[in-house]
Amino acid sequence: MKIVVCIKQVPASSDAKIDPETKRIIREGMKAVLNPFDTYAVEEAVQLRNRFGGEVIVLSMGPEKAAHSLREAISVGADRAVLLSDRAFGGSDTWATSYALAKAVEKIGGVDLVICGKQAVDGDTAQVGPGIAAHLDWVQATYVLKVEDASETGIRVRRMNEDGYDVCEVDFPAVLTVLKDINRPRVPTLKGSLAALREEIPVWKPADIGAELEKIGLDGSPTRVVKTAPPPPRNTVTRVLEGTPAESVRELVKDLRTRGIL
Amino acid sequence: MILTDPSQKAEYRNVWALAEVLSGQVQPVTYELIGASRALADAKGSEVWAVLLGAGTAGQADSLFAYGADKVLLVDDPRLAGFSDEWEAGVLERLMRKYKPDVLLGAATARGRALMPRVAVKANCGLTADCTQLGIDPENGDLLQTRPAFGGNILATIRCSSHRPQLATVRPRVMKALAPDSGRKGEVIREELLDTDAKKTKRIVETFQDKETVVNLGHAQIIVSGGRGVKGPKGFDLLRAFANKVGAAVGASRAAIDSGWISYAHQIGQTGQTVQTRVYIACGISGQIQHLVGMQSSDTIIAIDKNPNTPMMQLADIAIVGDLFEVIPEIIKEIDKV
Ligand SMILES: Cc1cc2nc3c(=O)[nH]c(=O)nc-3n(C[C@H](O)[C@H](O)[C@H](O)COP(=O)(O)OP(=O)(O)OC[C@H]3O[C@@H](n4cnc5c(N)ncnc54)[C@H](O)[C@@H]3O)c2cc1C
Ligand SMILES: Nc1ncnc2c1ncn2[C@@H]1O[C@H](COP(=O)(O)O)[C@@H](O)[C@H]1O
Repeated sequence: MKIVVCIKQVPASSDAKIDPETKRIIREGMKAVLNPFDTYAVEEAVQLRNRFGGEVIVLSMGPEKAAHSLREAISVGADRAVLLSDRAFGGSDTWATSYALAKAVEKIGGVDLVICGKQAVDGDTAQVGPGIAAHLDWVQATYVLKVEDASETGIRVRRMNEDGYDVCEVDFPAVLTVLKDINRPRVPTLKGSLAALREEIPVWKPADIGAELEKIGLDGSPTRVVKTAPPPPRNTVTRVLEGTPAESVRELVKDLRTRGIL
Repeated sequence: MILTDPSQKAEYRNVWALAEVLSGQVQPVTYELIGASRALADAKGSEVWAVLLGAGTAGQADSLFAYGADKVLLVDDPRLAGFSDEWEAGVLERLMRKYKPDVLLGAATARGRALMPRVAVKANCGLTADCTQLGIDPENGDLLQTRPAFGGNILATIRCSSHRPQLATVRPRVMKALAPDSGRKGEVIREELLDTDAKKTKRIVETFQDKETVVNLGHAQIIVSGGRGVKGPKGFDLLRAFANKVGAAVGASRAAIDSGWISYAHQIGQTGQTVQTRVYIACGISGQIQHLVGMQSSDTIIAIDKNPNTPMMQLADIAIVGDLFEVIPEIIKEIDKV
């Protein structure tokens, strides 16, 4: 089974800095970590590979230092990594990102399954996974909370819905996006960490994946961020109630009634 | 579709709201989408079309008119019974090319967030996720889409002036539905699902309704949420009793989930769900940033904590300093009095 896991490096904290020119996040000089949801995607791929054999390739698009997150994935069992990195990819929205990643999946070739995290915690869109599926015209199953069964040719998963879940079967090739409760990611072994250090990670440019320049980066992105602003401040006059429980609660209920909440 | 010339914008006219259908039932968020679409369409002097994809759901078109749709675009086909992103994306793309809507709004639910990006890529247009505010730029008619990013620490306004239609998903409970008017009628446009709308599809073997797997926190008016201070599964029984009393859903911090006291479906925050409720009641949650980003846009925040100095207690509108095991039973008692 040949599996590509798409992983993203995201800022470690939520105080984002924004480029006044492009209105995009400034990623340079920011402490970065592997997107938490993607650790579950990597683990699921490693488990499938351990069962069926084959290969897990981790794929990321981002600045050079995203290689660090790729190494992290290798330390927990991925076989190899590919980094898409070039100025021309910069400023991509989810349309252009999923296009570039889909082109890279095609270039890798013979891929049965692409696994993504549910969403990246910086953009919070959850759009790249289904976007990759659409570019490749593959079947997709999103919000997967459990793999029930798998074979060489397909997979049966539980897909979360708004009021429960579906059990669905998809034939390969397919794209999954996974939730946190799908597994418990393993910690790196010493052997894994050493392998990760030694690994040579190829860096692919747009030409390497046959990407059309007008479909990547800022120019290839249909959406434009035109303004960013802090959210309106909360009305933070905190009313502190610190009497006995009975007193506080009486005040609370009175207050909630005046606010029309109770 | 890419516009080669801004004048082509005029060919794209109406505002479409994609009905959210679950187990054959149109969901309330649909009416919120129609309400939001109505405002946009009125600003542009165009029509609101509700798009209803399903199997045997035709009878529910009337409610869509009542809530403000001018037309209902209906595709009724047994293959649309479950949630098949492949069929739905295929037929939507084809209908968008045929009828050229200016805007398509979908719900930012598990389903909408799976389907809409697939449609956006196939139709070659932009998509903005989880919008909390929508408007029309008076100068050029573009849709201005505002959404929180970085866990609500930034509000970004996004436009898409070079492609049509303009796609956005909208969070439940953010837009207002209009008051229904059962006298309001409209035209139903029927379309077929074609074999060519999807190349390959998934097989939906079974569908389960399961309250423990999925907690519909996004739709709740009130959330009673517990953290490490709740101390164990027993503590969550107390929170459930409280929640039942006030008609709330139960949420939790990651610490409570990682301790195994309650299932992941309840988790609020960076690696859980983002909610924007009317009232958020945090019980024994200190309010680390990863938790706050999932709930800080709620209208009213109430915190119960022994420690008055936590970030949650500072953020709250009402902060009750005390032991939650004494305070919560007291609240239940006080409500019972009336
Ligand atoms: C990548 C990443 C992602 C994360 N994602 C999330 C996420 O999605 N959601 C999330 O919640 N967290 C998330 N976290 C974890 C987050 O940083 C905090 O660890 C977590 O939110 C703390 O939970 P808590 O407030 O319940 O626990 P604590 O911080 O331990 O707070 C417990 C509170 O309970 C109070 N208390 C104790 N006993 C009582 C009592 N009897 N009565 C009243 N009050 C009492 C204490 O005073 C304290 O304020 C994430 C962390 C990381 C690194
Ligand atoms: N630049 C990227 N490189 C690799 N994978 C990505 C990238 N952006 C997003 N992804 C994948 O797509 C998922 C959803 O991201 P998003 O749509 O940005 O919320 C992530 O969990 C990753 O698996």
